[in-house]
Amino acid sequence: MNGQKRTFHTVGKSLQKVDGLSLVTGKPMFVNDIDLPGTLHVKILRSPHAHAQILAIDSSKAEALPGVILVLTHENTPTTRYTTAGQGYPEPSPYDSRIFDTKVRFIGDRVAAVAAETEDIALEALKLIEVQYEELPAVLSLDEALSSDAPVIHDEEDSPGIYDAAQNIVADVDIDAGDVTRGFAESEIVVETTCETQYAQHTPIEPHVVLSYLDVDGRLVLRTSTQVPFHVRRIVAYALHIPVHRIHVIKPRIGGGFGTKQEVLLEDLAGFVTLRTGRPALIELTRQEEFISSRTRHPMRVRVKLGAKKDGTLHAIEMEGLSNTGAYGSHGLTVLSNTGSKTLPLYNKAPNVHFFGKAVYTNLPVAGAYRGYGATQGYFPLETAMDELAERLNLDPIELRRRNHIRSGETSPIFEKLGEGREGVAFTIKSCELPRCIEIGAERIDWAKKRGKRIREGSWVHGIGMSIHMQGSGIPQIDMGAATIKMNEDGSFNLLIGATDLGTGSDTILGQIAAEVLGVPLEKVIVTSSDTDITPFDVGAYASSTTYVSGTAVERAAEKVREQIIEVAAAMLETEPEGLMVADERVTAHDGRSVTLTEVCQRAMYMTDQFQIAATASCVPQESPPPFMASFAEVAVDTETGFIKIPKYVVAIDCGTAINPKMAQGQMEGSIANGIGYALTEEMLLSSKGRVRNPTLFDYKILGSLDMPPLEVILVDSYEPTGPMGAKSVAEIGINAPIPTIANAIYDAVGIRLKKTPFTPERILAALHEQRT
Amino acid sequence: MKITLTVNEIRHEIEIDPGETLLDLLRRTGYKSVKKGCGSGDCGACAVLLDGRAVNSCLVFAAKADGSTIITAEGLEKDGDLHPIQEAFLEEGAVQCGYCTPGMEIATLDLLTHNPNPSEEEIKEGLSGNLCRCTGYVKQIEAVKAAAKKMNKGAS
Repeated sequence: MNGQKRTFHTVGKSLQKVDGLSLVTGKPMFVNDIDLPGTLHVKILRSPHAHAQILAIDSSKAEALPGVILVLTHENTPTTRYTTAGQGYPEPSPYDSRIFDTKVRFIGDRVAAVAAETEDIALEALKLIEVQYEELPAVLSLDEALSSDAPVIHDEEDSPGIYDAAQNIVADVDIDAGDVTRGFAESEIVVETTCETQYAQHTPIEPHVVLSYLDVDGRLVLRTSTQVPFHVRRIVAYALHIPVHRIHVIKPRIGGGFGTKQEVLLEDLAGFVTLRTGRPALIELTRQEEFISSRTRHPMRVRVKLGAKKDGTLHAIEMEGLSNTGAYGSHGLTVLSNTGSKTLPLYNKAPNVHFFGKAVYTNLPVAGAYRGYGATQGYFPLETAMDELAERLNLDPIELRRRNHIRSGETSPIFEKLGEGREGVAFTIKSCELPRCIEIGAERIDWAKKRGKRIREGSWVHGIGMSIHMQGSGIPQIDMGAATIKMNEDGSFNLLIGATDLGTGSDTILGQIAAEVLGVPLEKVIVTSSDTDITPFDVGAYASSTTYVSGTAVERAAEKVREQIIEVAAAMLETEPEGLMVADERVTAHDGRSVTLTEVCQRAMYMTDQFQIAATASCVPQESPPPFMASFAEVAVDTETGFIKIPKYVVAIDCGTAINPKMAQGQMEGSIANGIGYALTEEMLLSSKGRVRNPTLFDYKILGSLDMPPLEVILVDSYEPTGPMGAKSVAEIGINAPIPTIANAIYDAVGIRLKKTPFTPERILAALHEQRT
Repeated sequence: MKITLTVNEIRHEIEIDPGETLLDLLRRTGYKSVKKGCGSGDCGACAVLLDGRAVNSCLVFAAKADGSTIITAEGLEKDGDLHPIQEAFLEEGAVQCGYCTPGMEIATLDLLTHNPNPSEEEIKEGLSGNLCRCTGYVKQIEAVKAAAKKMNKGAS
């Protein structure tokens, strides 16, 4: 435990969400919960072909349909290429997308759009648009994309940022530390494993939705379900050729994101309709459209090779990632980079490390950001290989990990070598309670008693497995979050933050941080977030950044405001500012004399030396302290049917100070649940032509309440000295764990190594059959 | 065609489109707590109580709801006081993004009305028609237990 731990009043308490009351009472607070008169309904015509040239579009019949206001195609919209990836500028993703293109690159790609008086009319009009396609040979798998004579998907000449368009390679990464060839030669034991992950989707219960309109000054307002309001403003301005200052983005409450709303998928189109017609425009994806046309996790094939000494010290690690980014290169480079950068530093005892790989285009659904962001795909082979290595060394898998994982005071060359689309940033780990996480998790799952026992119940066999993980807290020297705090005359404060609460509770925890510094209860902090006209800039909710980056900005702004309060109070108390304490809504001097915050603000506002007590502060993180986690599962495998049950799942996490423990647990519970779905049931099935075959929540199976195993989440006491109030991130890390943890538990139970997700009964049964023959 | 229905104790006489779903009707009448997550009865975000039982309003034609009594999440508060289910969801941290919350509350109300002391398995069964992507259901199940306690206490 770090000695710097502090005592808190508001932080560290499981206070209710600041937006909780309105949410439980069903208040109209989501994008489409307001009705604007004259709203046009926009529907999108989508490509029926995986790869085709559009030879001609005749929209005259659609335009003639009564109630149709506007039909949009590549012929009457701007043709600037941009990226849909909502990342910091300049984005490390290729500018390979257009509002509408002359070529379609996957089934579901945009062809045209209709804005009409009603949804029914818009849908009717879509059927009247006549499109002549010239079908092109399509690239329908990772392997096809990698072959040298594959059809070229992005043969246009005006898409900058593609690594090698002629070979369908979006991005290529190759970094090393030490000499991996020599490293393997010097190793006494080498294991190698390759794992494949599937197409999977985020499925927030609220699909993508945007409502655009003009304000009284004729500025474009985009009320949108997004994780990145400021990136939406910039990207839409660029795509539509209008100045940033003519756009106002508002993010109200949003119904989950998980990465899929780190994309600008609809705002350009709605905005264009509103600018052309002067009328509000609504685009709301159906669930089917969400599956077919929004974003997915990057399916990957990742190979890991580990070299070790006989004493169990890792000596060389090689990881090769092949990533399918689908028809557009959104997040292609950075997700692939994170496959290495968020996994390899965990085992920093190996002096020789090599990470390389490619992200390739296919004519399949478009991948993008998804909670875990590449690390999920990397941990599957890494933590599988660690188990295989432990077996070869005849070591307990826990012991092998203990001997090799990174610790407080240590670093990894990977931090510096591999960043997000460019070099990273060197730093030293300052908080790592992974040893405690492992210890506590092993105890709660009863590792010593249950591991390797293969306890049978009829045809069911029990096993337990584990894996360990790290992630990051924001993107160092790239991300930026800012906060403004101003004081009101009743001793309350407005906290204005660009940070984006997508259901995670960030409005609440950022409010708690401000309240802590300002010595007031949370209800005295009025939180306003994610409005590009009102709040200062923030990159948005991604890369596990909000608590650490935006939280630090809030802490700094609050400290500046506290200094101003102390200055005023010192004058009122006729004493020096030094030693004045701000707590319990008062400023108190050594001798016990005090003034209330209300009195301080009344004086500053109305009486003497008047000024607005207010401050703005920013945070650009200089490092990205990883949260750490140990994950354990007990599984039972039915050797007759291949079905799996999970009688118990335990995770112990070091996220630094949990600003709001109940919400931190909630983040873990949700990410583990999502990860279990990814491990066992979730898979977008594609036809031989590249069509999504199961675009419904009936056929694409996410976990329901009956499927959720008993889950215990332990927040391990920790303090990150560089974080706000000692906090690190907690949002993403959990989702990485279930695949390797369950895979290792299945091996413990029945001796089969599954290397392709999801672990369906069919796959388990096939592996059991293969094992017997 | 015109139908009459009572929503949260308010009687409405509304002109409807014959193909209109109850979900669309309720939303355009201002009951925005009724959420659309799939339109095919898979997610439960549009759940309302229809004559005392939870239904997915996206699967019910508005015409079929003629003469019925409907409760939505907006109707759970009584005289400005939160319903015990709402209190429990708030206190147990069962709400993250909140998009599934109204439907979950309606499913909980149906469950606890018909089974005031459900077992954990019965709670899971009761919520099984409602998908949540944020919470892993852990705190929602706790909230249903807490709501049951509150409601039983209130009833005794």
